[in-house]
Amino acid sequence: MNHLDIELQQLKAETMKMWLLVNLQLTKGKESLLNLDKDLAREVILSERRVNAYELKLDRDCENIFALFNPLAVDLRFVLAVLKINNNLERIGDYVEGIAKFVLNVDSNFDTKLLEITRVVEMFAAANNMMETVLEAFDKEDTSIARKVFQQDELLDDINIKANSIIADYIRNHPDNIDATLYLLSIIRKLERVGDQAKNMAEEIIFYIEAKVLRHRSKVEKNK
Amino acid sequence: MYKIESKNVDFFYGASQALKNINIAIKPNTVTALIGPSGCGKSTYLRLFNRMNDLIDNTKIAGQVLIDGEDIYAKGVNVDSLRKKVGMVFQKPNPFPKTIFENVAYGLRVNGITDKKLIEERVETTIKQVVLWDEVKDKLKKSAFELSGGQQQRLCIARALAIQPSVVLMDEPTSALDPISTAKVEELIYELKTKYTIVIVTHNMQQAGRVSDTTAFFYMGELIEHDTTKTIFTNPKIERTQNYITGRFG
Repeated sequence: MNHLDIELQQLKAETMKMWLLVNLQLTKGKESLLNLDKDLAREVILSERRVNAYELKLDRDCENIFALFNPLAVDLRFVLAVLKINNNLERIGDYVEGIAKFVLNVDSNFDTKLLEITRVVEMFAAANNMMETVLEAFDKEDTSIARKVFQQDELLDDINIKANSIIADYIRNHPDNIDATLYLLSIIRKLERVGDQAKNMAEEIIFYIEAKVLRHRSKVEKNK
Repeated sequence: MYKIESKNVDFFYGASQALKNINIAIKPNTVTALIGPSGCGKSTYLRLFNRMNDLIDNTKIAGQVLIDGEDIYAKGVNVDSLRKKVGMVFQKPNPFPKTIFENVAYGLRVNGITDKKLIEERVETTIKQVVLWDEVKDKLKKSAFELSGGQQQRLCIARALAIQPSVVLMDEPTSALDPISTAKVEELIYELKTKYTIVIVTHNMQQAGRVSDTTAFFYMGELIEHDTTKTIFTNPKIERTQNYITGRFG
């Protein structure tokens, strides 16, 4: 293994560490919301600093590889992909932090039935699942696994679209609980964005392995 | 219309085949980089374009090399006029043991130009062309050996350009130069492209990336891949090319 290979492997290992941390944040975010566990929410908010630290470190690692090794072809695409995945992961970290802040601020009489009717729990599970799928694709360098998330993302989109009318109905019937309900809508939006970020990461993996650019393409084209 | 074309070119040093069925077409006013490990045949291939290999005993070529549509290996081709059209710059700067001025004027004199004023004019414009004028204008009568390596190499490029060729061949022109001189020569190549068709052999991948429009990868006498430089360095189609440019060879 040459020197550049070692550097690239270290970069991959660091990216996966950040990825696992973000996935864990997502799981903890879900638990804190389901149980309205404010301690866990505080933990998520604190750990967000670690996610940010990883982002800075990966940025610097990529910069160093560009400057010192002048990577080309597949190596170049890998470092470019990591640079973007790093961004996506950090953004997901921000979304989860937002969810944790909601848990911290919400009244204890929050109607947990809302979680059920808006299918937010299902969304969490789908987002988690997508993140794990993309991570597996990244680890195994397997674009067929990466392509699975395009399908999985449809569920998130679907729940997100239907959430509007569900939330509107609920507000009409429970006008005393508008603040919390709107907050929940913003959580749904955030989870939908997590799905988009996971999709972006899948596109980056396909870009680096197959040298195909899938951004802004239709679903049919992406699965080719 | 292509400036240079090679069609099914084979080349032999005695019994050993150095080039196997090379087909390349080069457009005018472009820079083509030839890359590949030592002994892959890229310098041999470069030297076909001005028939430099003729100087080596017991060599044989098959196939066609066309410049401006004419087969340069056809019978009756005047090698001197071919070399006037196809200039060459070598790996190590090799100025003649003459003054700076005479180095550049040399090609003109051997080509029978005697008009003193014309020679002076041509020497000045050519030295300006290689961005060396400000550095040497006050010492044109001094020996070329007094110049630094980078200056000598630019002087050699000026010597090649003075006879107004349309093709310039460069065989690792910066491998003996420091980074600043290298940058100057690369900048020069970029500017010269508007007037000349340039073919450059280089071992420096980044240099190929910086200066060339297309890149041809040679391996063991074969042309493995020839494509735009962008494609070769971001997404080569052939694994062997990728292994070479990413340093995972052999």
